[in-house]
Amino acid sequence: MHPILGHLRQLGLYLLAWIPLTAILLYVLKSSGGLGWMQALAMDLPLCLVYAFMCLSAWYSCRGAPLESSSFSRLTLTHLMGALVISGIWVVIAKGLASALASLDVFHGLDQRFAPNYPLLLASGVMIYLLAVALHYVLLSVEFSREMEKREIQARVLARDSELKALKAQVNPHFLFNSLNSISALTSIDAGRAREMCILLADFLRRTLGLGEKVLIPLREELELVHSFLSVEKVRFGARLTVEETVVPEALACAVPPLLLQPLVENAVAHGISNLTEGGWIRVGVSWGDGSKGDRDGRDGSAGDLLIQVENNFDPEMPRRRGHGVGLVNVRQRLATRYGDRARFEVRTEGDRFRVSVRLPAEKLEPLL
Amino acid sequence: MSGEAARKLTALIVDDEELARAVIREMLNGHSEIEILGECGNGFEAVKMVSERKPDLLFLDIQMPKLDGFEVLELVGPDVAVIFATAYDQHALRAFEVHAVDYLLKPVAADRFEAALERAKQRLGTPASPPVAELAMAAREPGHYAERIVVKEGTRVHIIPAAKLDYVEAQDDYVALASQGKKHLKQQTISSVEAMLDPKNFLRIHRSCIVNLERVTKVEPYGKDSHVAILSDGARLPVSRAGYARLRSVLDGQAR
Repeated sequence: MHPILGHLRQLGLYLLAWIPLTAILLYVLKSSGGLGWMQALAMDLPLCLVYAFMCLSAWYSCRGAPLESSSFSRLTLTHLMGALVISGIWVVIAKGLASALASLDVFHGLDQRFAPNYPLLLASGVMIYLLAVALHYVLLSVEFSREMEKREIQARVLARDSELKALKAQVNPHFLFNSLNSISALTSIDAGRAREMCILLADFLRRTLGLGEKVLIPLREELELVHSFLSVEKVRFGARLTVEETVVPEALACAVPPLLLQPLVENAVAHGISNLTEGGWIRVGVSWGDGSKGDRDGRDGSAGDLLIQVENNFDPEMPRRRGHGVGLVNVRQRLATRYGDRARFEVRTEGDRFRVSVRLPAEKLEPLL
Repeated sequence: MSGEAARKLTALIVDDEELARAVIREMLNGHSEIEILGECGNGFEAVKMVSERKPDLLFLDIQMPKLDGFEVLELVGPDVAVIFATAYDQHALRAFEVHAVDYLLKPVAADRFEAALERAKQRLGTPASPPVAELAMAAREPGHYAERIVVKEGTRVHIIPAAKLDYVEAQDDYVALASQGKKHLKQQTISSVEAMLDPKNFLRIHRSCIVNLERVTKVEPYGKDSHVAILSDGARLPVSRAGYARLRSVLDGQAR
C-alpha cells in the first residue's frame, strides 16, 4: 500500500508540506511579470493541488529502483525521465487550465499572459518531483527497517517458542508416572519414604519449571537439577544405580543453557541402567577442554572450553527403545542454535559403554542475565 | 465347598522395579484365590519361570532389561493370561485397545486392577490368545521395525539381531530363521515375520521365503519361469515370478 495515500494522517501531513511550496510558486508566478495576484493565485492553487497528487506516483518508480541495488546511472535516468514526463503532463494541464480560465470574463487573456511561464513551470515541476522522489526513498527505508524489526521480533518469538516447547517435553512422562507408581507402592510399605519421595519429585519438578524462562544458568544449578533427578531415580532403581561425579570446582560458576546436562543423564538412566538387571553406572564429568589455556580462574571467560561428559554402560543386545535419543537430539539442536560452531556434541559407543561429550565455550554468567 | 472352587490360581509378577512389583503384590493380597508363584526382575527370568512353573496369570511390565514385555509374551505362548502394566507408552496402549488385551496403567488404581483381574480370570479357560505378533507390531512406532527376533528352543532363548538374519523360510506352522549358519524354528506365520522386518533390508522373494538383501550375491534362472537366489554363504533360495520382479526393482533401484 502507498505509504501516504494509504493513511489519512500521512496524507494530511504531506498536503500541509505543500502549503509553503504553493506559496513559493505563487510568488514566482507573480514576480515573473504579466500576472496579477488574483490571476497567479487562480493558476497556482489548482495546479499545486493536482501536482501534489501527481508527485505521489514517485513511490512506484522508487520501489521499482531500490537505492541499494540500482546503479547511479539507472537511478538518475529513471527519475529524470519520470520528472520530465510528470512535469510535462503538468504543463499540459496548466495550459488547459489557463485557456479554460481565459474563457471567463474576469481572466480574459490569461492564456496569453501565462504562456511565457511554461518553461519556468516545467523546471519547477522537475525540481518538485525530484524532491518527492527523495521523500519516498526516506519513507521506503523507514518502512523497510520497520519490516526488518518486525521480522526479527517474530524470529525471536519463534525461537523462544520452540525452546519452551523443547523444555516442556523434557519432563519425561515415563519418568513421572513411574515415580508416582513408586510413591504409590511406598505408601503402604514405608509411609516416611513415600513422603520423602514426594518431596524429591516435587523438588525436581519445581526446578524444571523455573528453568523455562532462563537463557543461561550457572553449571552449579544444572548439577543440582541432575542430583535432584537422580535422587528420585535412586528410589526407583535402588542399588541398581551407581553414580560417579568428577567436576572441576572452578567450572561450577560457568554459564550453560538450562537442561543441558539433565537430559543426558536421563538418557543414560533410560537406556543404560533400566536395561541392566545387575545395575549400571553413570559417570558425569566436567573438565576444561584440551584446547583451553590461560587464565582459568575466571576473569577471561573466553579463554577455554568446558568439556561435559556423561558416560554409562548399557546392554548392547537390547534393541533401542521407543523415543531413544529424543533428549539428545534436543540438546544438540539447542547447542547449535545458541553457540553455532563454537559448541561440539559427540556421541560415542564403545562396546557396552555409551558416552556423550559436549564441548562449549566457558563463559562466566553475566549478573544481568 | 467343592474341590474345584478350592483350586487356586497361580500368578507371576514381572517388573524390573521392586516397588512396582510391591504394588501388584499388595493388590493381590486381598485375593485368597490367587497364589503368587514368584516375581521376576527381567524378561529372561520370566520366560524361564513361566515354562517351569506354568502360572495361570502373568503381570507383565513392558520396559524391562533383557527381553521386553512383548518379547516375553511371544515366547511364553498362549497358555497364560497376561495383564500388561505400563507407565506411559501411547503406541502400546493403542495396541492393547485394538487387540483387547488387559492392561494396567501405573500408578495402578485399585478398581482398574480388579476389573482387569476379573476379565483375565474369565478368559482363563478359553485359549483364545491375542495374536501376539500382530500385537507387538501394532505397539511399534510407525516406521520402526524389529531390530531383533527372539526364539525359544526348549528352555533356551535365542536373540537374533535383524542384521544377522540371513533368510526366513516357511515350514508348515513354523518359520525357520537362518542366521550364521544355524536355523531356529519359531511358531509364527511368514507374513507376520515379513511385516516385522524393515522392507529396506528384507524382501519376500517367494511365498515361503524372505531374504536379507545384503546376503544376495546373484540371481540365476532356474527352470522355465522361476529363478534362484544364491546367498553369500552358498544357500540357494527359490525366487517366484512376482518375487523376481520385486527383487529386480529393488536391485535396479540400488544400482541407480
